[in-house]
Amino acid sequence: MNDLLHNFFDWELIRQVLPDLLTYGLANTLMLAVASALLGSVIGMVLAIMGLSRRRWARLPARVYTDLFRGLPAALTILMVGEGVFSAQVGWLASPYPVAVLALSLMSGAYIGEIFRSGIQSVDRGQGEACRALGLTHAQSLRLVVVPQGVRRVLPALVNQFIAIIKDSSLVYFLGLVTSQRELFRIGQDEAVASGNLSPLLATGLCYLILTVPLTHLVNHIDRRMREGSRPAPAADDRPVATATEGAPA
Amino acid sequence: MTTARAAGQRYRGASLRARDIRMRFGPVEVLRGADLDAAAGEVVCVIGPSGSGKSTLLRCLNGMETRTSGTVLLDGRDTADLDVNVLRQRVGMVFQHFNLFPNKTALQNVALALTHVKKMPRERAAEIALRRLGDVGLADRAGHRPAQLSGGQQQRVAIARALAMEPEVMLFDEVTSALDPELVKGVLELMAELARGGMTMIVVTHEMGFARRVADTVVFMDAGVVVEAGPPEQIFEAPASPRLAKFLSQVL
Repeated sequence: MNDLLHNFFDWELIRQVLPDLLTYGLANTLMLAVASALLGSVIGMVLAIMGLSRRRWARLPARVYTDLFRGLPAALTILMVGEGVFSAQVGWLASPYPVAVLALSLMSGAYIGEIFRSGIQSVDRGQGEACRALGLTHAQSLRLVVVPQGVRRVLPALVNQFIAIIKDSSLVYFLGLVTSQRELFRIGQDEAVASGNLSPLLATGLCYLILTVPLTHLVNHIDRRMREGSRPAPAADDRPVATATEGAPA
Repeated sequence: MTTARAAGQRYRGASLRARDIRMRFGPVEVLRGADLDAAAGEVVCVIGPSGSGKSTLLRCLNGMETRTSGTVLLDGRDTADLDVNVLRQRVGMVFQHFNLFPNKTALQNVALALTHVKKMPRERAAEIALRRLGDVGLADRAGHRPAQLSGGQQQRVAIARALAMEPEVMLFDEVTSALDPELVKGVLELMAELARGGMTMIVVTHEMGFARRVADTVVFMDAGVVVEAGPPEQIFEAPASPRLAKFLSQVL
C-alpha cells in the first residue's frame, strides 16, 4: 500500500521536476497550443467558407481534407507530418517546433472548420439577405455580418477545441526534442523513466489541469452568458419615443 | 399621436416595369409570366393568397431570386445590364422579419452599407445614418441594439437602413406581418409618408386598408400570375374576376 502511494506521491521527485515544468515546460506547451490554435483557426475558416460554397469544386476538397484529418489518430498525423517534413530538412521547418505546430494545426483545422461551418450555418438566412439587399457582395456579407455572428455562437466549442490542442500537444515528444524544447509531457515522462516512479507524471498532470480546468469553466461561463444574452435585454431607456407613433416596448 | 418625421422628405422615385417574369423551383413553376408596372413615385400594392408568388415576384425585382425568364426595367433600362449589387443599391428592400444585425446598434445597422458599399468615411456615414433614423422617428434610439427595440421600432430602423442608400424604388415584403397589432400602425404611417414623398414603392401586403388608402395600383396575384390590376377602388369595389371576388370575401 505504501509502495503504491510512493509510486505517485514521491514529494522529493515532484519537488525536483516542478521548476522545469513551471518554467519552460508550461511555456512550451502553451506556445505549441496557441500557435496551433491560431494557424488551425485560419485553416478552419478557409475550410468552412469552402464547405459552405455553392460550388462543388470548392466543397469537395474541404470535405476530403476534413474527413482525412478528423479520421486519423493524432499520434499518426504528428508522426507522419513531423517525420516527413522534419527529415526533409526544409528551411525553417527543420526544427521540431514549427513541424509540430504544422501537424497540430492541420489536425485541429479540420475540427475547427466543422465548428466554424456549423456556427456560420446557424446564422439566420435573413442576415445574409439583408446584406445582399443593401448591395454588399457575398464576401462582404460573410466578413462583416455572418461570420462574426457565427463565430460568436461557437466560442464554447472553440475553447473546447483549444483544450484538445493543449492535450494533443503532448504528442510532439515523438519528434525528439532537445532539453530546453521539452514541453510538459516530455519533461514528466523523462523524469518518470529516469526515476522509475510516476510522481513526475503526476506533477505534469497537475500542470495540464492548471491550464485546462479554468478553460472548461470559461466555456461554461460563456455558455451561460450567451444563453442569458439571447433573451432580449430590457430597454436601457423606457421613455416613450416622442416622435414615434407607437409606445416604447412594454 | 404624431407622425414619423419623414414628413416633408422628398425622394427621387424611378419607374419599375416587370415583363413576363417566370420562375421555376425544380418542377414547380412559381411564377408563370407575371407583369408589374410602377410609374415613378407610384405605390403598387400586391395582394393575393399565400403561395400565389407575390414575395417571389418581389424578390425577382432586385435579384434576390434568379428568374428563369422575363425582363425588369428600372427607369426604362434593362436591369440585366446592371451589376446586381448596383441594382440592389437602387432598389431597396425591407423584410418581414426586419433582419437587423443583432450585434450592431441601430446607427451601425444603418451606416454599415454606407461605409462598405458607398465607401463613405465613417463620420459621414454616421451623420447620414443619424439623419435617416431621425426620418423614421428614432434618432434617440441610435445607440440601441435591435433586442432593445420593439418590433415596430426595429422595422422602422430597417426602413431607415434601406433609405440610407438613397434607393429609387423600395420593395416591402409583408413588412407588418410579424408585428404585434398595436405596432403595425406606426410602420404603415411611415410607409404612407414615404409614398407622399415621391418614393416608388412595391408593397406585398395583407393590409387591405393600407392598399386601399395608399396604393395607386393594386395588383392581385394568384397561382403565379397577375389576375387583375387596377386602381384600389376598382379592385376592391368592382372585382372583375371570380378569383379576386372570392379572395376579397375571405380577407375583408
